[in-house]
Amino acid sequence: MLNTLTLKKAHQAIKSKDISINELITKCTEVSQSKNNDINAYTYIKEDANFQEQSNTKISGIPLAIKDNFCTKDMPTTASSKVLESFIPPFDSSVTQKLRSSGAVLIGKTNMDAWAHGSSTETSDFDVTKNPRNTDYLPGGSSGGSAAAVAADMCIAALGTETAGSIRQPASWCGIVGLKPTYGRVSRYGIVAMASSTDSPGPMTKTVEDSAILLNAIAGHDPLDATTSPQATPDFTASLQKPIKDMRIGYIYHNLAEFEETKSRFEEQLKVLEDLGATVEPAPTFDPHYAIGVYTIVQRGEVSSNLARYTGIRYGGDRSHFGDEAKRRIMLGTYTLSKGYAEQYYTHANKVRTLFMRDFQELFERYDALVSLSSPGFAKKRGASEGQAMFGELEDMLLEPSSICGLPGVSVPCYRDETTNLFLGMNITTPWWKEGRAIQIADAFERATRWNTWRNKQ
Amino acid sequence: MKRTDTQHIATLAHIPINNDQDKDLTAAFNETLETIKTLQEVKVGGVEPTHQVTGLENVYREDEVHKDTMFTQDQALKNAHRTYQGFIVVPRILEK
Amino acid sequence: MNAQNPSINRRTEAYTLICGMEVHAELKTASKMFCGCTNNPFFAEKPNTHTCPVCLGMPGGLPVANKTAIEWTIKLGLALGCDINLFSKFDRKHYFYPDLPKGYQISQYDIPFCTGGAVETSHGPVRLTRIHLEEDTAKMIHATLDGEKVSMIDHNRAGVPLVEIVSEPDVTSPAQAAEYGRNLREIMRYLEIADCDMEQGGMRLEANISLQSTEQAERGQLPEYKVEVKNINSFRFLENAISHEVERQGEVLDTGVLPAQETRGYNSTKDITFTQRAKEDAADYRYMPDPDLPPFQFAQSQIKEWQHQLPELPGSVRTRWSDTYGLNNQALKMLVVNAEQTAWLDSVFALAEKQGILPKKIAAALVNKQLEINPESTPESVLKTYQKQTASSSVDAQQLSTTIQKILTQHPDAVAKYQAGETQVLGFFMGQAMRVVGNNADAGQVRVEIERQLKQL
Repeated sequence: MLNTLTLKKAHQAIKSKDISINELITKCTEVSQSKNNDINAYTYIKEDANFQEQSNTKISGIPLAIKDNFCTKDMPTTASSKVLESFIPPFDSSVTQKLRSSGAVLIGKTNMDAWAHGSSTETSDFDVTKNPRNTDYLPGGSSGGSAAAVAADMCIAALGTETAGSIRQPASWCGIVGLKPTYGRVSRYGIVAMASSTDSPGPMTKTVEDSAILLNAIAGHDPLDATTSPQATPDFTASLQKPIKDMRIGYIYHNLAEFEETKSRFEEQLKVLEDLGATVEPAPTFDPHYAIGVYTIVQRGEVSSNLARYTGIRYGGDRSHFGDEAKRRIMLGTYTLSKGYAEQYYTHANKVRTLFMRDFQELFERYDALVSLSSPGFAKKRGASEGQAMFGELEDMLLEPSSICGLPGVSVPCYRDETTNLFLGMNITTPWWKEGRAIQIADAFERATRWNTWRNKQ
Repeated sequence: MKRTDTQHIATLAHIPINNDQDKDLTAAFNETLETIKTLQEVKVGGVEPTHQVTGLENVYREDEVHKDTMFTQDQALKNAHRTYQGFIVVPRILEK
Repeated sequence: MNAQNPSINRRTEAYTLICGMEVHAELKTASKMFCGCTNNPFFAEKPNTHTCPVCLGMPGGLPVANKTAIEWTIKLGLALGCDINLFSKFDRKHYFYPDLPKGYQISQYDIPFCTGGAVETSHGPVRLTRIHLEEDTAKMIHATLDGEKVSMIDHNRAGVPLVEIVSEPDVTSPAQAAEYGRNLREIMRYLEIADCDMEQGGMRLEANISLQSTEQAERGQLPEYKVEVKNINSFRFLENAISHEVERQGEVLDTGVLPAQETRGYNSTKDITFTQRAKEDAADYRYMPDPDLPPFQFAQSQIKEWQHQLPELPGSVRTRWSDTYGLNNQALKMLVVNAEQTAWLDSVFALAEKQGILPKKIAAALVNKQLEINPESTPESVLKTYQKQTASSSVDAQQLSTTIQKILTQHPDAVAKYQAGETQVLGFFMGQAMRVVGNNADAGQVRVEIERQLKQL
């Protein structure tokens, strides 16, 4: 079962010539095609995906699934919206370009909430994606297709994008690993913009180790994205298999009513971190409920601006093709930026954002990392998001405070419900540019527990 | 928000909506505005807004032409709705 | 002219013109404002050939600011005495129009690079409100295709750096408005930051015009309305358009009605302005700081360095050359063109003085094209050429004609050779002629006369 290999194992097998790259690609593509009727993880599977450049990297020859908001010049790029139905961009995003030149094989584009607006993948104009762990349930979103493709072994690893939860929440719901890098660590060039000041592309993988490998491949300054950091990119795999003894970990959002149901199971898992030598203590924070307001206003405002280019003149369909969710967000953003309201909404929200920044700066003086659940609960049943204008914001509430501040975080599986086969994810947030530390803690946790389904098998 | 506000915003955002839709949209807006209302409680006197989180400043490019990122005319027009002799064509709109 | 029109005279007594200017000029950087596309919209071979994901507004296209364009904008501000904002940023200005690929224009809202400053005119200074930097829109050509009225879009201009210079309502006459515009153009050309080609749209003029009644003037009140006349592409048209508006608004005010707040265009053929858009529904641009572009923080020392790099400005150069070398207005107008040429002429004039030649004579020779204006050539070679020219004395035409006639008659065989196509015998005739008229003679003049006579034979 070549498609069930982790990125690390696949790389080793290719390197030792135990498997051929073409075999691996064919297997992943075949599995994708056969499972996609049911799961609908992909909006597009490449018929003739093949290996082009031999390259001496850890991702050379690795079949990857790419969220459908990355521009790819050989595959349609729709952001799961009818506006961009059958749009094939004449250029590649910086990230996909980087992956290709490292020898990775892009086998298809994954379903998402249209324009990344949502946390369910139910707002896709091309049908909902099912959670492969239990198909009655949602995969989460907006990177739900990528999470499902990884969970169902329809690829070796995938790329998603996150504005506030869009990588980590579906990773949590599908029982995989999702890494949201620091804002500015990975280039946004050529990715359909959602909320420009928080959009962060990142890996969605089977193991923490795979995320570290994939982040190595996509991170770094891009002269085409002025918000990428010029600082050097460390080797994130250097953070693997390292002790977390004496790490000071703050347990945030511990007394939120929203996760009463899952609280005890989560706290059980925090003991694992203590067993590994870390200190874990409850850490009071600025009220995360306010982050919902900040995020909603900032994100809707930026959405209304970023989606203004879709007029059907230069490419794509006209503005009547927007789905209801996009229409709602564009219009709310237009309202909060309009004359007489911008100060009260947009500017005010960004001032509260400053308070969140200060809060995290203070927290990181006391703690090396902060942990919480990635999403307050398990995956919701299909249909749950319908008619819920604030569905995503509530599901992503625990990730919104750090996301609006641009902080990195890793979601790692931390519980599986035996009856439903559904997962919870632990989110580990570290200071800006310290993805390595989040990887270190997540990797240690993963290796010390039985929640990772790929490590269990191997 | 009232339905007339919704219609005005729709015009401003160039979103075509019909009469039934503006009712639903108005309700959705009010639900969202209600949720975010609590934000107004937060005192922000003397606080500067954070529009960007990277702290980066003075990011420029040198004034150089990059042929490698430029499109050929075919690439530029490939996805256009309508073209004529190298131009992208739209129905005439008189005023801004 | 208007001054002779009695009806306008009557009104200008009753009303004072209140006029502010908005001038747009495209900067002539090598690349566009926010992407690496060629900035050369007027000379592109074909439409839509200078484009990329950024200036076409493709999904995921991101802007990165052109350093030179920012530097030039600030230098223009420094040349005009503006204050430079040490902190500045770009904002998105939203509106929908087919010439705007992203649905917003990247511009500057509340913190432009430059504020204050003034442009001097012979009617007094016109204070500036601000100078900001933005991106130009795509060019639209209106046409009829298969009977349908359409607009054709060319993105070669989309994203070209554009400075907008906004003045206070200090302009008091149509002539001052035109002079203000000319002076701005001169400075931008002098700094070599913009070509300001008006016909191509490289420089575009707008005037905000209203009339103040005597009563309002006494109470220090400004008019309650403003008419914006847009897209004027010559200084003469600007003058005409303002004159027309003074007349038109005066007539409306005379009937006791306030002129409509609106945007008007100018029709140069009919010499009238016409309504383009009513302003009742004031635009709501939903400005927001562009999250794709980190802000700018300039050090005071950086601004000082740019100030230091500024050349002496044209007005000052003219005064200096007039005072020290006695150059006349014609020469000053022709020679004070850009900083590079000024520096070159300064060294030519200095060397001339050293060699005992009056700079003003050199200037005259440059003006009547006896000498070539070419900053590539060394001052030494310019003066050498000049000396050669003045040393050679021209020969009396009648005397030259007779001399050459005589030589040609004396050498019929050489003439025959010339006529047979052996044009090299011209050298022989030149030698003969120069021997007679003297080696100081203007060889060019001699040669022309020989050729003329040979052709007539």
